[in-house]
Amino acid sequence: MDNIIKADNISFYYSDIQDEDKPAENKIQIFDGLSLEIAKGSFTVILGHNGCGKSTLAKHMNAILLPCGGKMYAAGIDTADEERIFEIREHIGMVFQNPDNQIVASVVEEDAAFALENMGVPPEEMRQRVDDALKAVGMYEYREHSPSQLSGGQKQRVAIAGIIAMQPDCIVLDEPTAMLDPVGRREVMKTVKRLNREKGVTIVLITHYMDEAAQAERVVVMDGGRIILDDTPCEVFSHVDRLREVGLDVPQSTQLMYIMKQNGYKSADTHIINEEECADLLYDILTKGEQK
Amino acid sequence: MLKDITIGQYFPGNSLLHTMDARFKIIVTAIFIVMIFAADSFSALLPPLIFFILAFALSGLPVKLIARSMKPIIPVLVFTSVLNVFFVDGKALVSIFGINITDEGLIISGMMVLRLIALICGSSLLTYTTSPIILTDAIEKMLKPLSKIGFPAHELAMMMTIALRFIPTLIEETDKIMSAQKARGAELDSGTLVQRAKALVPILIPLFVSSFRRAEELALAMECRCYHGGEGRTKLREPVSGGKDYAALGVTLLFLCAVLLINMGKVVI
Repeated sequence: MDNIIKADNISFYYSDIQDEDKPAENKIQIFDGLSLEIAKGSFTVILGHNGCGKSTLAKHMNAILLPCGGKMYAAGIDTADEERIFEIREHIGMVFQNPDNQIVASVVEEDAAFALENMGVPPEEMRQRVDDALKAVGMYEYREHSPSQLSGGQKQRVAIAGIIAMQPDCIVLDEPTAMLDPVGRREVMKTVKRLNREKGVTIVLITHYMDEAAQAERVVVMDGGRIILDDTPCEVFSHVDRLREVGLDVPQSTQLMYIMKQNGYKSADTHIINEEECADLLYDILTKGEQK
Repeated sequence: MLKDITIGQYFPGNSLLHTMDARFKIIVTAIFIVMIFAADSFSALLPPLIFFILAFALSGLPVKLIARSMKPIIPVLVFTSVLNVFFVDGKALVSIFGINITDEGLIISGMMVLRLIALICGSSLLTYTTSPIILTDAIEKMLKPLSKIGFPAHELAMMMTIALRFIPTLIEETDKIMSAQKARGAELDSGTLVQRAKALVPILIPLFVSSFRRAEELALAMECRCYHGGEGRTKLREPVSGGKDYAALGVTLLFLCAVLLINMGKVVI
């Protein structure tokens, strides 16, 4: 399968001195020699606690930041190619944490149209794409509302509509649910999953909610600027000790299995990440009367 | 409490005035203002008055709105009329404490009050029937020719759009910060004027800090959506002008002619 995003041995650091001739002082190394490939049409979650470099990595994906060393390719284009920077951003959309700070216009549909206006799309085509984008996130009925009248989850969906109107191949979401209530979180996750499933949009979701990570096809765990685990959610969450070490939790079902296993239940399986499987297994254990 | 403030009061509707091209509405309003200041007698003020009544009837807005838009300018009205009554020279009608009230003064202050009322009502009719975003678009479109000589038309319109977008957000934020400061014992509504002004500092500073943060994030989000200035930009809603817009402009010009003719004494009412 083709890769939509490819990080080839990239490094990045922040430094005090902006002058390129002098060696950088007070370097804060975010990551060094990081490589990652993301397949077209996949649903990848990047996990990691604060300051592990996951947001910085996300900003490399659509050329907001450029790597200090190594090469970053987005949609097959080298992100260091300044001439094609807008092309990259049309292919790789980005959604941020705070919905309030990414909505530009005071009418929902005007905001969804913002990217298209920038791209110089003709008005008739724009109308169609805006309507489609708003329908795809289920906000079409609210198209003439002001964003200030909407709930957090609805605002975030409007922000997503503003991105999908560009018809990108990939959407990078940087903790899109962190500021939302549980209802808003569910709305956003449902929208994101549907986009992935029905429209084949590649999703890169950065989060620290384990239940969201459990819904992905692939989970990448970062710590201190390195990728420490990269596998299916099942496999990743079975490394309970390793995740605990880097300050991450596991889904509640996995946690329960882990505790049971420690207490000697042989059939307990830490590959279980959702409630139904967990309940089935508990039922089996209880009916068959397995002892330690 | 801050949530009650409405800015750029717009009353949605489908009347002729609502559906008119905003650019024409701005031009018509400007001509209307010229009309009321060109008129130099009560009879010359009659055409603009009729024009306003006509326009208001077409807008389908409730009459009480006129009263509402008048409220804030009552002190200004009283002040200007009193000044004019006392300080304009002419034939004295009554003399109080050596200050004369003259016939000229009465006429001039009467005209002034009428002009101000017409001015406020006329221009509020524009904002009542045009949504701020459409108004901004219209201003951008009208100023566009000036961008050739370096006037930042698009930037100005973008700033207005963002300001309009963030007013409710910042009001909400101010409310939150005020509650937070009150919870820590800040007294915001009592004390002398100086004390109250000082109490505003712990509200304004967090507000500024968070506004800058918001601005930075917004700039980032705009960049992610390919924003690169006004060049090669298209619009979701292009303002379109039709026959009714030109007709409205024609009628307005006729009224202006009427005013000028009355001024010159060619027409006597």
